[in-house]
Amino acid sequence: MALDKIGIAKRIAKELKDGYFVNLGIGIPTLVANYIPEGINVEFQSENGVLGMGPFPYEGEEDADLINAGKQTITTLKGASFFDSAMSFGMIRGKHVDLTILGAMEVAENGDIANWKIPGKMVKGMGGAMDLVASAENIIVAMMHVNKAGESKILKKCTLPLTGVKCVKKVVTELAVLEVTDQGFKLLERAPGVSVEDIVKATEAELIIEGDIPEMQF
Amino acid sequence: MINKKVNSVEQALEGIQDSMTIMLGGFGLCGIPENSIAELVRKNVKDLTCISNNAGVDDFGLGLLLHKKQIKKMISSYVGENAEFERQMLSGELEVELTPQGTLAEKCRAAQAGIPAFYTPAGYGTEVAEGKEVKVFNGKPHILEYAFEADFSIVKAWKGDEAGNLIFKGTARNFNPCMCGAAKITIAEVEELVPAGELDPNQIHIPGIFVQRIFQGEKYEKRIEQKTVRKRE
Repeated sequence: MALDKIGIAKRIAKELKDGYFVNLGIGIPTLVANYIPEGINVEFQSENGVLGMGPFPYEGEEDADLINAGKQTITTLKGASFFDSAMSFGMIRGKHVDLTILGAMEVAENGDIANWKIPGKMVKGMGGAMDLVASAENIIVAMMHVNKAGESKILKKCTLPLTGVKCVKKVVTELAVLEVTDQGFKLLERAPGVSVEDIVKATEAELIIEGDIPEMQF
Repeated sequence: MINKKVNSVEQALEGIQDSMTIMLGGFGLCGIPENSIAELVRKNVKDLTCISNNAGVDDFGLGLLLHKKQIKKMISSYVGENAEFERQMLSGELEVELTPQGTLAEKCRAAQAGIPAFYTPAGYGTEVAEGKEVKVFNGKPHILEYAFEADFSIVKAWKGDEAGNLIFKGTARNFNPCMCGAAKITIAEVEELVPAGELDPNQIHIPGIFVQRIFQGEKYEKRIEQKTVRKRE
């Protein structure tokens, strides 16, 4: 069965490694913070200027001066720090953040990503996404494999305006885990109960499929 | 001590005229200069170019200026929270220059620090890079971006003293420090204004040299955009 958003977040959480500084985008990526594997320490950076972000506050303890990049009220953990926007993106462009997890509308087989604009329809802006994807060494995309009309969002070439070029390393969807290689998308894992055929059918891009494809483990 | 204190928001915003370019601090509704925005609405200055990460929401922050059509052009990174903004932009009434957030911050910092331009990898290969010079450093393409040129910069801090020294709180810091001294005149509004000597020089985030006028805001609503809480166990 295809995963829900929580399933995607749980699978991505397995990519976290001890000592990582991680930037989480808005949407599914935010959920990843709830499923940090036991025994590892990671620290979350939010590009509006906080390192060491903690869980949401208890009712009545929210502080208007303490939010994340999604404008949600948050708390901080021991060892946290605040800084201005220029320093925050210095941290990002300077490759001090180890892993970036973000959402996407489309990803292409060369690692291009589109997630900020639908011409004529929706223009919300890129926020910090272009800075993040241009600099991060390790970018994982959390997204749905197909759109509401059933069309694949895993493409040979992006159709929407790009956010960054040749930058995505891995994609986790409700159906599969894909790695972006020099030859294109390589199918690494299937969601539980989802067949390789189901994944191929839902994917516009060519998939590199080698041997038996294991089911995701959680 | 050079005294930067002015007695009212009216005095602080003296000289702001139609068609000027103004930087405004804040991220979402966090750390925005609320009192100064209210005064800009009252002054009814028009055709402004505003440099600010976001554009407020429909009935607060820069949304108040948009509602009265006082803004000709916005330079921002993310404007998704404001329906009126989207309407004015898609209809062509409002000119918009969307800029990657890190580039936006650096264009402020560059202006503050006397750096006329810089190269960044952000936006290479996208619409943002169109018409911009590209240069390869260490095998990676970067685009040339220029420092902002603005008439006024309006920031909000937590505490300040009469010398213009500023201390920010939490994530209300965001763009505010980068915008200090990044325009011809910097106006700081603070929640608490104290006499010089009362703030510990070790704790100052922005030295008063970057601030020309400082005043204590009359009141702060500090609206929360996305109140998110968890249940007590």
